[in-house]
Amino acid sequence: MADAVLFEFLHTEMVAELWAQGPDPGPGGRKMNLSVLEGMGFRVGQALGERLPQETLAFREELDVLRFLCRDLWVAVFQKQMDGQRTHHQGTYVLQDSSFPLLVPMASGLQYLEEAPKFLAFTCGLLRGTLSTLGIESSVTASTAALPTCKFQVVIQQP
Amino acid sequence: MAVCVAVIAKENYPLYIRSTPTENELKFHYMVHTSLDVVDEKVSAMGKALVDQRELYLGLLYPTEDYKVYGYVTNSKVKFVMVVDSSNTALRDNEIRSMFRKLHNSYTDVMCNPFYNPGDRIQSRAFDTMVTSMMIQVC
Repeated sequence: MADAVLFEFLHTEMVAELWAQGPDPGPGGRKMNLSVLEGMGFRVGQALGERLPQETLAFREELDVLRFLCRDLWVAVFQKQMDGQRTHHQGTYVLQDSSFPLLVPMASGLQYLEEAPKFLAFTCGLLRGTLSTLGIESSVTASTAALPTCKFQVVIQQP
Repeated sequence: MAVCVAVIAKENYPLYIRSTPTENELKFHYMVHTSLDVVDEKVSAMGKALVDQRELYLGLLYPTEDYKVYGYVTNSKVKFVMVVDSSNTALRDNEIRSMFRKLHNSYTDVMCNPFYNPGDRIQSRAFDTMVTSMMIQVC
């Protein structure tokens, strides 16, 4: 399927381009670029959050929205479903993907572990954007223990 | 067919509002504003019902002597309100539903436009054209 690969290439180039732009050696340059990536993912997530649930019926509760993220959103963007979803305590969800398509071509194991976070920033923004369109303000962080498994932690802000 | 079309954001401010007879615009604005309460009522009533399915189309919100007001809510809590002339008795539910579906599709296109910031007023010409095609051709 050529379509999946197009997005992967585009994403790799985006990360490479935004990373290369920080000539200053201080940590300030790096953090700014990650938030740019996250912001891009946020805007894309907002648009997807409007288009994807168009034919489905209204969501009744948070769990429905999370389930929609793990199934429909993941299938639309990565052509596979998310593997696991766990609720830790009130308002915190951990979404786990054991072979995240953007990390699969890099390595499988502990190599390149430090490089992984910048490849997850866009997807964190994507999740946050979709949740925001569906009415849930949240903060999403990602962590990897070993490529290509990764966990996205969604913390829902209580109003 | 429609006399007034309005798109209301989730925070209840209008993103787009247009009515055909351009005099008495305030009257339509007021009607749309009061219909928001009815929309909220219907949405919370559906939430409490034990029915599994929740529809996006809300149906007739309230009738007045000259006009009927219909409503539709998207999953992102954006509301579409349409005011229709009561004398136009030929309009059936299916037609209203299809008009709302077209509105929803155009609104989704506006959202996906990278030059549009979510939360701004809708200024897209394509959206305008679509709404014009839905509004009444008063002879």
